[in-house]
Amino acid sequence: MTALVLLDHADGRITPAARSAVTAAAALGEVHVLVTGAAIGAVAEAATRIAGVAKVLRADAEIYDKALAEPLAALLVRLAPAYDHVLAAATATGKNVIPRAAALLDVQPISEIVAVVDAETFVRPIYAGNALATVRSTDARKLITVRAANFDAAAAEGGSATIEEVEAGEATPAVSRFVSTELSTSDRPDLASARVVISGGRGMQNGENFKLIEPIADALGAAIGASRAAVDAGYVPNDYQVGQTGKIVAPDLYVAIGISGAIQHLAGMKDSKVIVAINKDAEAPIFQVADYGLVADLFAALPELQAELAKAS
Amino acid sequence: MKLLVPVKRVVDYNVKVRVKADGSGVETAGVKMSMNPFDEIAVEEAVRLKEKGAATEIVAVSIGVQQCQETLRTALAMGADRAVLVLTEESPEPLAVAKLLRALVDREQPGMVIMGKQAIDDDMNATGQMLAGLLGWAQGTFASKVELSDGVATVTREVDGGLETVALTLPAIITADLRLNEPRYASLPNIMKARKKPLETIAPGDLGVDVTPRLTTLRVAEPPVRQSGVKVGSVAELVAKLRAEAKVI
Ligand SMILES: Cc1cc2nc3c(=O)[nH]c(=O)nc-3n(C[C@H](O)[C@H](O)[C@H](O)COP(=O)(O)OP(=O)(O)OC[C@H]3O[C@@H](n4cnc5c(N)ncnc54)[C@H](O)[C@@H]3O)c2cc1C
Repeated sequence: MTALVLLDHADGRITPAARSAVTAAAALGEVHVLVTGAAIGAVAEAATRIAGVAKVLRADAEIYDKALAEPLAALLVRLAPAYDHVLAAATATGKNVIPRAAALLDVQPISEIVAVVDAETFVRPIYAGNALATVRSTDARKLITVRAANFDAAAAEGGSATIEEVEAGEATPAVSRFVSTELSTSDRPDLASARVVISGGRGMQNGENFKLIEPIADALGAAIGASRAAVDAGYVPNDYQVGQTGKIVAPDLYVAIGISGAIQHLAGMKDSKVIVAINKDAEAPIFQVADYGLVADLFAALPELQAELAKAS
Repeated sequence: MKLLVPVKRVVDYNVKVRVKADGSGVETAGVKMSMNPFDEIAVEEAVRLKEKGAATEIVAVSIGVQQCQETLRTALAMGADRAVLVLTEESPEPLAVAKLLRALVDREQPGMVIMGKQAIDDDMNATGQMLAGLLGWAQGTFASKVELSDGVATVTREVDGGLETVALTLPAIITADLRLNEPRYASLPNIMKARKKPLETIAPGDLGVDVTPRLTTLRVAEPPVRQSGVKVGSVAELVAKLRAEAKVI
């Protein structure tokens, strides 16, 4: 069996989530990856070196540049007949493209798998992760998105795949056009793959107060995340949201500050290795999942934490 | 322009579901059901477009059991003009839902379909993209802002790195994200009025769609439970434990 992985990349780099999708695909058979975009030679080169990849399909064309769903889904539909499985990481791109391609192939996609049981059978969370469903697909071909937090990323080096050019398709249907992006810029590690994540919630009170988290994140090499309430209130940008309908993270250490622990938030972080909660309400549900809970006012605790971390261990 | 807004009846977002002892699914008997929160946002967006004069009629659609009528009445109370229930015994999969919606789109000829980005029960995040694919329409998923002018919808999308704006030639599919708007509560007079608005019931067969599922659920299980942790007395103790015990910093 052969699986095709639509490989996510940003700023010329293959994302760790994409390499997690490669790991999931490797459990199904031989792995080919599809690299799409404009002037993507270097990315395709890098893809040949991912451990476990046998072949890289390169679709280098302007129409794939912004990863619009319409042309990308059309491309997947054209390539799919040679594959038993077509996968992508459950990123904004994967979630946008895979279901569209699935519908065109008359396939029911399987979203956000967290485990591969066999070639037909997969485990996926439902109800904000409060239940895990094991589902078997009767479709001849499976279209799948992969929850990256549940699969180790395949090593970026070690492979020696060949590159095969894929002809660009027509931009049909030509119904969408990229206008602009407004991306958050940060020197911090990527939230989805950081080893340490510190998230602030409504308890932070405003965006300015997130500055109290920054030196701590610097000291720990952490990414900064947030609850929906903090994003809705405009304290931080939308891409900070952790949860059922935001980003799913599973770092070694997750620190929740001024976050109550609603099920929708827990859905995005409860697979973290170690969870710390700082909340002034001893009854907050976040303490039920926290390995270490500190009942305290965050405005006192954060400066103390900064000072304590500055001390030599 | 006519707008089609699909709405799903789901377990209320405040309910922490329990897995059935026999592993066949989750307990829904006696559990509070509501309109999928993302669909409320979709209805709200449609109503705002109508209030602005950009839309003329809003048709709400639900696919599922008889009680989905309540969900449709909620949409009508929020401002939809009429409703269609596609009556099924269970809630069909996204592929079947997308096919049913395509048939309704053929019948109703809307200029836009606005729907939630994901249902909070199966968490599939697929139906809008699938409907767009089947229709060959443009898709503006995870929308946090929609502007219409001259047959084009300019949609700001919430993506992993921030925001992305795309221009879609109408007709198009929009899927709503959390920050598109804050849905209104239906007023009592509007709830009363909604009772008199037309609600039509049809069968999947009337639309020529086979809703046989492609996925078989073999079992549903509880996720692993986290061991309950400890409360620490001070920041110093916390840092000491993270260093010496958990060894994560
Ligand atoms: C469809 C849907 C999808 C959703 N998706 C998500 C999602 O993806 N991610 C998500 O996070 N939420 C999501 N939510 C929202 C979720 O239900 C909660 O509303 C949200 O997580 C609450 O955020 P919070 O914990 O920051 O705020 P609150 O619940 O208001 O909690 C604030 C906490 O801060 C504490 N606090 C206040 N001041 C201080 C202080 N000075 N010191 C210490 N502690 C303090 C309080 O004790 C409280 O526990 C979703 C909801 C819906 C309906």
